[in-house]
Amino acid sequence: MPDGRERKVAELSQASILYDLPGPRAKRRNAILGVVSTAGIIALLAFIGYKFADTGQFEARKWEQFQYASVQRELLGGLWATLKAAGIAAVLALLFGAVFASARLSDKWILRTPATFVVELFRAIPLLILIFFGYYVPLQYGWSIDKLWALVIGLMLYNGSVLAEIFRAGINAVPYGQTEGAYAIGMRKNQVLRLILLPQAVRSMLPAIVSQLVVLLKDTALGFIITYPELLFVGKQIGGRLPFGLPYVPTYLIVAAIYIAICGALSALAWWLQKRMGRTPRTAAKVLPAQDAGEDAARMI
Amino acid sequence: MGEFFRVLTDNGQLFVDGFTNTVKLFLIAAVGSLVLGTLLGAMRVSPVPALRAFGATYVNLVRNTPLTLVFAFLVFAVPKLDVNIDYFASAAIALTVYTSAFVCEVIRSGVNTVAAGQAEAARALGMTFAQVLTLIVLPQALRAMVPPMMSVFIAMLKNTTIAAGFSVLEAGAIPAYMAERGEPQFAVLLWITIGFLILILPLVALQRFLERKWRVAR
Repeated sequence: MPDGRERKVAELSQASILYDLPGPRAKRRNAILGVVSTAGIIALLAFIGYKFADTGQFEARKWEQFQYASVQRELLGGLWATLKAAGIAAVLALLFGAVFASARLSDKWILRTPATFVVELFRAIPLLILIFFGYYVPLQYGWSIDKLWALVIGLMLYNGSVLAEIFRAGINAVPYGQTEGAYAIGMRKNQVLRLILLPQAVRSMLPAIVSQLVVLLKDTALGFIITYPELLFVGKQIGGRLPFGLPYVPTYLIVAAIYIAICGALSALAWWLQKRMGRTPRTAAKVLPAQDAGEDAARMI
Repeated sequence: MGEFFRVLTDNGQLFVDGFTNTVKLFLIAAVGSLVLGTLLGAMRVSPVPALRAFGATYVNLVRNTPLTLVFAFLVFAVPKLDVNIDYFASAAIALTVYTSAFVCEVIRSGVNTVAAGQAEAARALGMTFAQVLTLIVLPQALRAMVPPMMSVFIAMLKNTTIAAGFSVLEAGAIPAYMAERGEPQFAVLLWITIGFLILILPLVALQRFLERKWRVAR
């Protein structure tokens, strides 16, 4: 974390791209704009709050089932199913990524070409369609496949391909002089990769990997569509209970809060890693950014 | 192989309807998220702290929420607030709300790639705010924004398939219809994949071309 002064400087330099430091008149104008926009934002929130109250979203009836241990267990069960899918898919995607990245980095075209094809293909197919391959195809032939595995396979193929690109970019980000130096002191190819390139590359790509795992965790929500009983699916069931007045709004607010808390914590970890790597590099490679635009981390380089 | 082509010719209308709706959904949401995202991006680089905070909060909340949840909220929860919108509109709104957070980030980081010295020099020459923006900052920032912006829209095109889970007939919904007709799903899904490749590959090619052409030495 930068100290207060650093942050101040960063803020100033960021602000001054578009406008000068405000003088007395601009300060007054900004203050007026600030008051007006604050009022606007408050009015917007108040309108949403009014709409909620007007349609009875704050009624005790709609919230009381969250006090029941059974409903809490249900939510926890959904969260567990989400985390289980994300955990298995993350491990498999990292493996998939490592294998295909090393194939793409290989000197032999026979490995490089098919790996490039696979990685580019899976990144271009919508993730839901990949999940459907694992869901509808076995369903039609009457093979029993757990919905968990349909979801996990889709997540592995897509995120594994993105991770392969991140790994490749990470290795390529280590300056070539490092490789040359290693060869010059007599290391073999395997040693160069293991002792010189990987330790530096891992440090430079850690933030990007963590934020891709956040994307993976978010994408487990697609399990809802193939009725895998993850958090969102459980939320739909809890929200659809008539005796509690169909509490969809409260339920989805709670589910959203859970997702935001978990993904937010992981995103914060990615940013922290990026800051830390930037400050004490310990790697000759440029730190790959925790992706912040688009889902396509590999395009960030 | 014959069967593979038969799947397409027998169900041609379904594929055409599905992909037409996908493209429609994509275009509507693209315009919507460009507008909303630019607005949010402007908030995030504005000199007013309240607007900056609002933009940052929006982006951080939306980016950490799964798109499927945004869809579910619009389709199941919003009608309970006495707001009635049809499924297609819900899908377009969900995609817009979600994608504009990413558009906002592209715009913010695009503006930040312009070196501060550029604007300072322009101001030293006596240019007004409008001149600095339109002559100096934006021409440079836009070039930096285009490739990541296209990534965002390519991701959004793929995300339109999620609408299939929420009663919109688009490309992602085709397998569910085909399951009723008992068509071989592997062939169906391959055709959908081919359809998406046809839509996406030109966008990817354009993006790589622009990236090379507009690479700016900094």
